[in-house]
Amino acid sequence: MKKKLVALLTATAMSVMALTGCGDAAAEPAAQATEAAEAAAETEAAQTEAAQTEAASDIKVGVIYIGDENEGYTAAHMAGIEAMKAALGLSDDQVIAKTNIGEDENCYDAAVDLADQGCKIVFANSFGHEDYLLRAAAEYPDVQFAHATGYQATSSGLSNMHNYFTAVYESRYVSGVVAGLKLNEMIESGKITADAAKVGYVGAYPYAEVISGFTSFFLGVRSIVPTATMEVQYTSSWADMTAENEVATALIADGCVLISQHADTTGAPTACEAAGVPCVGYNVDMTSVAPTCALTSASINWGPYYTYAVQSVMNGESFDTDWCRGYEEDADKITPLNDAAIAEGTAEKVAEVEAAIKDGSLHVFDTTTFTVAGKSLEDAIADGTVDASYASYVSDGYFHESELASAPAFALIIDGITELTE
Amino acid sequence: MSKVHTVSSKEPLFHMIKRDGISAGKAWAIRLIAVVLSLIVCAVVIVAITHQNPLEVYAGIISGAVGTKRRIWVTIRETLLLLLVAIGLTPAFRMRFWNIGAEGQILLGGIASAGLMIAFGNVLPGWLLLLLILVASMIAGMIWGLIPAIFKATFNTNETLFTLMLNYVAMQLVTFCIVYWEKPAGSNTVGIINGDSKAGWFPALFGSDYGLSVILVLAVTLLVHIYMKYSKQGYEINVVGESQNTARYAGINVTAVIIRTMMISGAICGLAGAVVVSGASHTISTSTAGGRGFTAIIVAWMSKFHPGAMILVSLFLVFMQQGSIQIASQFGLNENASDIITGILLFFLIGCEFFIRYQLEFRKKKQEKEVQA
Repeated sequence: MKKKLVALLTATAMSVMALTGCGDAAAEPAAQATEAAEAAAETEAAQTEAAQTEAASDIKVGVIYIGDENEGYTAAHMAGIEAMKAALGLSDDQVIAKTNIGEDENCYDAAVDLADQGCKIVFANSFGHEDYLLRAAAEYPDVQFAHATGYQATSSGLSNMHNYFTAVYESRYVSGVVAGLKLNEMIESGKITADAAKVGYVGAYPYAEVISGFTSFFLGVRSIVPTATMEVQYTSSWADMTAENEVATALIADGCVLISQHADTTGAPTACEAAGVPCVGYNVDMTSVAPTCALTSASINWGPYYTYAVQSVMNGESFDTDWCRGYEEDADKITPLNDAAIAEGTAEKVAEVEAAIKDGSLHVFDTTTFTVAGKSLEDAIADGTVDASYASYVSDGYFHESELASAPAFALIIDGITELTE
Repeated sequence: MSKVHTVSSKEPLFHMIKRDGISAGKAWAIRLIAVVLSLIVCAVVIVAITHQNPLEVYAGIISGAVGTKRRIWVTIRETLLLLLVAIGLTPAFRMRFWNIGAEGQILLGGIASAGLMIAFGNVLPGWLLLLLILVASMIAGMIWGLIPAIFKATFNTNETLFTLMLNYVAMQLVTFCIVYWEKPAGSNTVGIINGDSKAGWFPALFGSDYGLSVILVLAVTLLVHIYMKYSKQGYEINVVGESQNTARYAGINVTAVIIRTMMISGAICGLAGAVVVSGASHTISTSTAGGRGFTAIIVAWMSKFHPGAMILVSLFLVFMQQGSIQIASQFGLNENASDIITGILLFFLIGCEFFIRYQLEFRKKKQEKEVQA
């Protein structure tokens, strides 16, 4: 509505300008999204070709997006939906998408409207959509509702409610390795000393999804540079370009020599390019705004899940209430390495780490690699420093992130990381 | 003679003359022409830029707004909300007090509702909690309206800036409350409040969740209309709006009128906060007001504060808004596409008021010839 007002006041005079201007801006991320979709579709089409026989039935799929194609997080989901369509042979009119749906009654309205339109499965992609999707799920027991990043599907007791996420901590770890190699290069070339290897992290909100993400990134960095430390500052928004830019600038001023982010805009990489500081992005390739500084971005490939879920509904099968996969199903990836910025030998190291994650020989949250309040995680749980609820996640020497529920659960601040806004 | 010649040849192609009066039929005919023209312009824009069939896009808008029973109810709900805020703004605007702070007043009402739902959801009986929510939200909005009124009445501060800035204070208050109410901690979302018990929710009336909202809003609309038109206080508001000096001369206590009127204005906007939070969204966030406080200004002014017209204008804006969601998903058009359509429609509708008030007199050819001869 606020956007609406601005438009009302300006649309008359600027309609043509706005259209041409927005058209150009929109074209680029959209093009990226389709590119990604095509790439994903290719791999998947091969996998599922056998599975889809006469499967392209008359199924209708509904999707509720928090943003639109101009916003990286939603663009990644859109790419996933496109990959699903290609893999399962769905036509355009079998997918009904609603964009820019807020985390309020509009989400409920959208969900029941999609069910009314005959959708057999409805996806929603933002954390705050969950309560509204639950309401809709209770009302339409024959329609499957799947919610990304949420945590209430199991506890709701509704058989048609599902949560999904990917093991994005794995791709964050890999992107951390890329950052670590860059720091190493800077140390070896004498640009910084080993003690000055301080990383800055622009986070959105201080809760498990973000904390789990920056912890895994940091563990990736530290696997290469043992002396590295990290400072985290929050913007209190998922997408606030100005705030992200300011926080990144502040972190750089505070002595951080590399920046990463868990927020959805290009604010931080823009600040990094201006300051000449290397950075690791999120969701989308950041080389368009930081051609000399963006190393890579931790990214999610949603296609495998969308294909799996829709395929299950088409076959009339039930599917996982909580779904979380990572590299083993190509649900996670890092965006192409930027040769203009990365350190030498990065590609080889990345391939090695990715292979280790895939075959299970490397666990991101290996408890031998970090301490909480000076103690190992096991000891900290035993003596009560860390809440006892963590005990159920820890076994075989690592924290089993995203295995009990698809949403991230690791919300501890480990030694070496400092939150600046606490 | 030559002097006269130069002057008359410079006579403009047309000049405008204020109409003495216009028949209602003629005025509506002009408005109708404006709507038709705007639809044609919109169609041209749609074809030129999106290459879609404009008739299909219009059909999509209509389907999105009233295509199913559920969509009709959503359109009604949103229309009433916008109407309620516009009604709330009316007394203040009639007094020429530029209350740009409805957004904040709605949020304050929303905070009061959400807070009571969270605090007393399991304590008080449903009807009492609901009553408390309605009263508390009005008081909260009233306080938010009272603050700038007192400053205006005593220090003659600029109320436009003052009320506008209070919106941001209200937003920060919401953010502050979310820190305590968010679920789970750190996520910045409150989620649905009392989802299981539905305590503090508007009960379903006439088979709809929004039945109570309909009654509340229509009752307030009627009351405000009577208050403005037939009460002494309503008359005082109009006099103060026309000229504060005249009001003083007539023995009206201007300070008291300003404060009283802004309390009413704020209270109604606060009530709108309860209608959003308890009646529809059952949550609170910084976007709870959703820009309605600003859009309502357009509603109030376009309708010249006439309640019937306000219903129509709110319906029109919400119709386009709801339609936009549909065309966005149906044609893959960005929601901005419908903003452009709405913008063009508004441009013509507001523009046509000029032709209702003035008429154009074209330079007469005959006259020209005479002069030349």
